Amino acid sequence: MKLIECKNLSMSYEGVTVLHNVSFSLEQGDYMLLLGENGSGKSTLIKGLLGLKQSSKGKIEFNGITPRQIGYLPQQSPVQKDFPATVKEIILSGCLGSGGICPFYTKDQKKRADKCMRHLHLEDIQKKSFRDLSGGQQQRVLIARALCATDKLLLLDEPVTGLDAVVTAEMYDLINHLNKVHDVTIIMISHDISNAMKYANKVLHLSSEASFFGGAEEYAKTDYYKKMIKGGNNIGYNC
Amino acid sequence: MGIIVEMLSFDFISRALLVGILISLCASLLGASLVLKRYSMIGDGLSHVGYGALAVAAAFNLAPLQVAIPVVVVTAFFLLRLSKNGKLNGDALIAIISCSALSIGMIVVSVFEVNIDVNSYMFGSILALQSEDVILSVVSSLIVIALYVIFYNKIFAVTFDESFSKATGIKTGLYNGLIALLTAVVTVVGMRLMGALLISGLIIFPSLSAMRICKSYKGVTLFSVLISILCFITGLTVTFYLPVPTGACIVVINLMAFIACAVIGKLKETVSVKSKNS
Repeated sequence: MKLIECKNLSMSYEGVTVLHNVSFSLEQGDYMLLLGENGSGKSTLIKGLLGLKQSSKGKIEFNGITPRQIGYLPQQSPVQKDFPATVKEIILSGCLGSGGICPFYTKDQKKRADKCMRHLHLEDIQKKSFRDLSGGQQQRVLIARALCATDKLLLLDEPVTGLDAVVTAEMYDLINHLNKVHDVTIIMISHDISNAMKYANKVLHLSSEASFFGGAEEYAKTDYYKKMIKGGNNIGYNC
Repeated sequence: MGIIVEMLSFDFISRALLVGILISLCASLLGASLVLKRYSMIGDGLSHVGYGALAVAAAFNLAPLQVAIPVVVVTAFFLLRLSKNGKLNGDALIAIISCSALSIGMIVVSVFEVNIDVNSYMFGSILALQSEDVILSVVSSLIVIALYVIFYNKIFAVTFDESFSKATGIKTGLYNGLIALLTAVVTVVGMRLMGALLISGLIIFPSLSAMRICKSYKGVTLFSVLISILCFITGLTVTFYLPVPTGACIVVINLMAFIACAVIGKLKETVSVKSKNS
């Protein structure tokens, strides 16, 4: 069954179309990489998926989930770097979307947070302050928080930015584990394309001319991929 | 004990004590959110607007707080909305609004030859509290506390991560508006006692002090309330014996508390690093 189906979607900002005629579909258990240069409409598409922005043409269909049940990992904001809150407080806040108007956390919500915490092996540091954690630990906490909101679909916006090579590899393993073992569908934006391609089975490449959507192996043969890889290398040489 | 009994035998002191404790409590509750959202100066900006509104109210013989509260609430919403969507960023807007409001207030005072004690408005005075102000202050404070407690979890989520909160369906605009509303009320009610120039100290200092020491958000919230109330009572007691302005005295005591907390925080850090290494 298709979890998300997006047909001929166009979205615009103040009259300027930033997303042109994009179509893709995702099934439960898929791992999709979302690529594209800056300004190609990745963030706009994310807003569309999360239900925060209306499409100007076409539509997104959800089966079995609502936009509210997408676990979202935004890019980290500078505010969070020195934020005085414990791991547990942050993970619990992921449950708020399901709470309705109830001002306090229910027993079920607390249980759910505990479960997510165990999944990501964060029990030992649950009383630690977020600002004292390493970059990798912080990302794990934020993924646990996202899992409180969903067990079906995670939307990860550049989850490995700023992490060193070892932690980056661990992060990919973790995401892969959630995908393969817990059957969580993944949509990931990443600039670290050569690593990310190892795990994904689908790729959506946004571009102002024509976007690509298809299997990861198929994508690796396209000019888009060659250009992306070359672009990455060029940056490497310049440094 | 004797000191307290002696102080409480004065009506204006017991009024100031009651209102002051409630205002300190409310101000410190909001502080954590405002500091972390990089809105530390909002209280300062709003209190200048409050001063302008009070001057206008005095010029036209209107009840001061009933005029100032709505004006400042509207400004707070305006600030929040514009700094999000407009071309000017938050701190520039606060600077523009605060000095304009202050200037308008001064002009109104001189043109209408209003007979108000500018000094007490600027730097606060425990004598400024009339008994009718007390009722309004107490009711406003209780409303602020109740709303804060009810929406504590959501305020936390919105402060920590607005994009995520929005994605899970929390109405972030509504809660940002709530924070603005509560800040506006606390600022106006507190500025009689603390003065327009010093009320923001009451909002930001206790939270900043608590953040040096506490690891959790709940800890920061509770500890900042404690620091805030203690500093207020100490400040009021000192001004009972020494001829110093109350608002300034409370801010300086808050500064000392902040320095103490910063030192303790640093020491704790060193100790934990050492114990990790050994």
